[in-house]
Amino acid sequence: MVRLEPRRQHSQAMVYLSPVLAIFMTLVVGGIIFAFMGKNPFDALYTFFILPINNSYGISELFVKATPLVIIAVGLAMGFRANVWNIGAEGQLTMGAIFGGGLALYFHDSESALLLPAMFVLGAIGGAFWASIPALLRTKFNANEILTSLMLTYVATLFLSFLVHGPWRNPEGFNFPESRPFPDAGLLPIIYDGTRVHLGTAIAVFVVIAGWLLLSKSVIGFQLRVVGKAPQAARHVGFRQKRMVWFTLLLGGALAGLAGLFEVSGPIGQLQPQISPGYGFTAIIVAFLGRLHPVGILFGGLIMALTYLGGELAQITLGLPNAVTGLFQGILLFFLLACDVLTKYRIRFGSIAAKGRTA
Amino acid sequence: MTGDAGAEAMKGNAPAQLEVRGVTKAFPGCLANDDISFRIEPGEIHALLGENGAGKSTLVKIIYGVLQADQGDLIWEGKPVTIHSPHDAREMGVGLVFQHFSLFETMTVLENIALAMNDVRDMAVLRQKVIEVEKTYGLPLDPDRHVYTLSVGERQRIEIVRCLLQNPKLLILDEPTSVLTPQEVEKLFETLRRLADEGCAILYISHKLHEVKALCQRATVLRGGKVVGGCDPREETAKSMAEMMIGQKLTAPDRGKQREFGDVRLDVTDLSLISDEQFGTHLKNINLKVRGGEIMGVAGVAGNGQNELFQALAGETEHEAAPDSIKIDGKSVAHFGPRRRRRLGAAFVPEERNGHGAVPDMSLSENGFLTAFRRMALAARGLIREVPTRSFADNIIKTFDVRTTGAGAEAGSLSGGNLQKFIVGREILQDPGVLVISQPTWGVDAGAASAIHQALLDLAAKGTAVLVISQDLDEIFAICDSVVVMSEGKMSKPRPMADVSIEEIGLLMGGLHDLEGNATPANDMEETGGRVGQA
Amino acid sequence: MEWLVPFILTVITASTPLLLAASGELVTEKSGVLNLGVEGMMLVGAIAGFAVTASSGSAILGILAAVVAGVLMSLIFAFLTLSLMANQVATGLALTIFGIGFSALVGSKFVGFAIDPLPALSIPGISAIPVIGPILFGQDFLVYLSIAVVIGVGWFLAKSRAGLVLKAVGDSHHSAHAIGYSVIKIRYLATMFGGAMAGLGGAYLSLSYTPMWAENMTAGRGWIALALVVFATWRPGRLLAGAYMFGLISVMQLHAQGAGIHVPSQFMSMLPYLATVIVLVIISSDRAKIRLNAPACIGQAFRPAQ
Repeated sequence: MVRLEPRRQHSQAMVYLSPVLAIFMTLVVGGIIFAFMGKNPFDALYTFFILPINNSYGISELFVKATPLVIIAVGLAMGFRANVWNIGAEGQLTMGAIFGGGLALYFHDSESALLLPAMFVLGAIGGAFWASIPALLRTKFNANEILTSLMLTYVATLFLSFLVHGPWRNPEGFNFPESRPFPDAGLLPIIYDGTRVHLGTAIAVFVVIAGWLLLSKSVIGFQLRVVGKAPQAARHVGFRQKRMVWFTLLLGGALAGLAGLFEVSGPIGQLQPQISPGYGFTAIIVAFLGRLHPVGILFGGLIMALTYLGGELAQITLGLPNAVTGLFQGILLFFLLACDVLTKYRIRFGSIAAKGRTA
Repeated sequence: MTGDAGAEAMKGNAPAQLEVRGVTKAFPGCLANDDISFRIEPGEIHALLGENGAGKSTLVKIIYGVLQADQGDLIWEGKPVTIHSPHDAREMGVGLVFQHFSLFETMTVLENIALAMNDVRDMAVLRQKVIEVEKTYGLPLDPDRHVYTLSVGERQRIEIVRCLLQNPKLLILDEPTSVLTPQEVEKLFETLRRLADEGCAILYISHKLHEVKALCQRATVLRGGKVVGGCDPREETAKSMAEMMIGQKLTAPDRGKQREFGDVRLDVTDLSLISDEQFGTHLKNINLKVRGGEIMGVAGVAGNGQNELFQALAGETEHEAAPDSIKIDGKSVAHFGPRRRRRLGAAFVPEERNGHGAVPDMSLSENGFLTAFRRMALAARGLIREVPTRSFADNIIKTFDVRTTGAGAEAGSLSGGNLQKFIVGREILQDPGVLVISQPTWGVDAGAASAIHQALLDLAAKGTAVLVISQDLDEIFAICDSVVVMSEGKMSKPRPMADVSIEEIGLLMGGLHDLEGNATPANDMEETGGRVGQA
Repeated sequence: MEWLVPFILTVITASTPLLLAASGELVTEKSGVLNLGVEGMMLVGAIAGFAVTASSGSAILGILAAVVAGVLMSLIFAFLTLSLMANQVATGLALTIFGIGFSALVGSKFVGFAIDPLPALSIPGISAIPVIGPILFGQDFLVYLSIAVVIGVGWFLAKSRAGLVLKAVGDSHHSAHAIGYSVIKIRYLATMFGGAMAGLGGAYLSLSYTPMWAENMTAGRGWIALALVVFATWRPGRLLAGAYMFGLISVMQLHAQGAGIHVPSQFMSMLPYLATVIVLVIISSDRAKIRLNAPACIGQAFRPAQ
């Protein structure tokens, strides 16, 4: 009989080992699923995970895809640690794209060097604004931020749809539901010739470093952690939970908004109804994959980006539906949560005389 | 003592109601019960004595079917039995009145009783039976009231009625009086004596030696998981039983020479505050003044506003106290949050270590930072200063003899006593002018408890004003200079320790503020002879 | 008044999936478990129902398949959170993400298929009575089931012993455990019931509401169901009212054009989501009521103390 026995202290080894274990188990299950679908599991796994990064262009694409995931996940992780569950990053990303992109459309003839930085700022503001709504509703009305932030995601997506079908539709664009392309001054410069690696990617690395400093070394990061782990102790020493709710939601929203802006002023170059294949939700998985730690999130983001690339490639070469990517991601999160147990508990096989339950 | 005759008559002929033989139970890292054997006769009131961690709770869980023993037997009325679950235990005739009540707040009394009974078909029939039992044993309760509206004493009545309805042959009570006033305790004893007269065996788990002496005919003493002795409490003194429990001679803490008291450092004037909890106790016109060098005790049964008082003093409440109602060293702090109060030199140790006083998942180093970072300058420009933080924690560990692997150990990995020493030490090393500490030695082993008491006395000797909120009257008698009593959110006038007796405090706890008792020295003090530890 | 009957009919059909899923989640939450995976479970139920009906031709088999699928999904959640004590919020989200992906994968083979919608009840004579006939006696099986379920859940919680025990487990799992109830087992059962109902709710969408499969066809209804449980302060009676109110709001968009209201369609589509937010705010701000009715242990893992 298998039992779970609490450890006296969290296992440091398992903190690093459990994501690896989870990835491995996901691969095994993935292989089985591929086999079920009539594909050779090894071929399919190869296509999914090795082929995309077989060449330097592929590796650069990995970074491009990982950029929004990492930026958003760092913000989300801060919130999760403080028990603030921002599930609406997708909506905040959208609003950031709308705000910043809107500026680019307004100044569509501009060549100013100030346009891009101004877009950054507006993107962050847009995301932060959208996240401020659940923050307000939680601190003032005790409304659960999971549901409110999520509902607002649908609202934001519908709003974008309205804009690109209506007032912001490209007048010179053959009636497609999309905006004008952004002016050159409003596009993210490529920082690595021959690839699509743009400024946003460099900024993502910066976000990781800043996030790490904030979380581990700063007083506010400490407050965040205490609020999440022991709310009564936090109140006892004057760390106010409401302040943490605002801080983490605004930070998460701003980062998501920035990521959204990077997407539309980088790889996409304009506003369209679909600007993200669910980055806001995948970022949640990235946050957990990275153990809610910025450096871990960097690696987690790369791995998740790989699943996106793999999914696209598998669709083309193996005829697998795109949905396989989402499936993989869900399974990975399950295994992560399951393996996480091992940091707090040890597996024990039934002892000699123990009968029945152990309380 | 009643119940005696019954027990005497039955011994020798009939088998014991319950015989525990060679019971052993191990958990990872600790041997909770080690070859325990004893007997309880029908109609006997049998005490199970032992300090916290001696193995009493585990044994009770085994008897009640919550746990299974690794080795050994339980022999019920002469026949060996296996008790797989509480359901089985109840079926056999064992009733348990829990220490921490197992009640459901948002449900009614009747529903709570129904849930604890094995065979409930008809609620109307149950209601009748409940009313009958209440009348017979003098335990009035309204079946339709919701539990959250009831007082602690009333809640315990539910627990007892639940058991009585199942016609128990063995009734186990686990620390039943820690939440009762002395007068309510006497009422409980009447009920128990009556049950014993009717032939019910009673297993009475407690560390309150005066009560055990007053009520029980036999006692089994546990220490470190083993039975270290049995005795007849009527022929022992509280002191001799305490020594059996602890295994060593008792020494009273060193109170030092008589301390001089300085200026009033903690000044609470007409503090009235609505509780944050929906069904909490509101504070009404609390007045207290603690001088530098003085240790004042706040006595009272839990649930009378002590938590609200602590939170009001620490600045944790959402509602704000009136300006000038709380002053620290003359400065009005009612509108200050915890940070500013601590900056003024106030320190606080809450009742609950895990999650309130310390964060179990964080290291000792970080837990030290938690309350001390401003006063001990452990942060600069918004960043944590790692080296000074670590040495602060190391200092606490060394000065207060905290047994741990080091400042990097997680707080949750420490034993209760060691963690409490760390938390108390953390506050003391910040050199506070005022210390408010709640339940200083709850759930702490005797060695650590005595160290903490000494530390508090030493702190007072340096001129700090110390306020000790405690449910343990022995503790208050051991270290406090003066005492006030809280009851239903109100506070009595302070009395110097030497002038007051346990009876008076008991009456005050029961809410009779106007009573002018005769000042009699505390007789019980001689018998107890000092700290006896707490479960 | 020509429009009234069709209008009411659309309200009923819009409310049914919400009612089914929310009733299940209410029972789950009453036992102390917060399962955020309702959206994922509904989608898996929807595809399971559709796929089996399309392949076998039998709607009954399809409905059964949906129930089984929902239960299996909820078992994954239950195993992770009850046996392995994983964080309930994260696991619920994982279930939704997985459900979206899994249903899309299986569904990719069924896009564009057509099936017959569930047959509506038709009692000769009665179903033809104007107004009352079609509304009360012309619905399909799942609509009647949804009403029966919510009434059943109400009776179960208020009057039965098992319901009392379930509420006790949600109120204080430690007390329930001390008395001897198997907290984990009861929570497993409550979670599985929630999964079964969510599966049925999804099946209603793909078998009756719009008899077809499209990726992500629940469009957030699972989340709305979660909000409904809070709105109802965990009371089945209010749940019924709330579900129908939401059904009403969601169909406003369909009828707005007809009624001459010229608002861009996207804004009309936003209504249910905005309404959910507003409703949540109103209910949650009454902290006293929430504290009294919310299961005290909701979302907390049960770790038996030694």
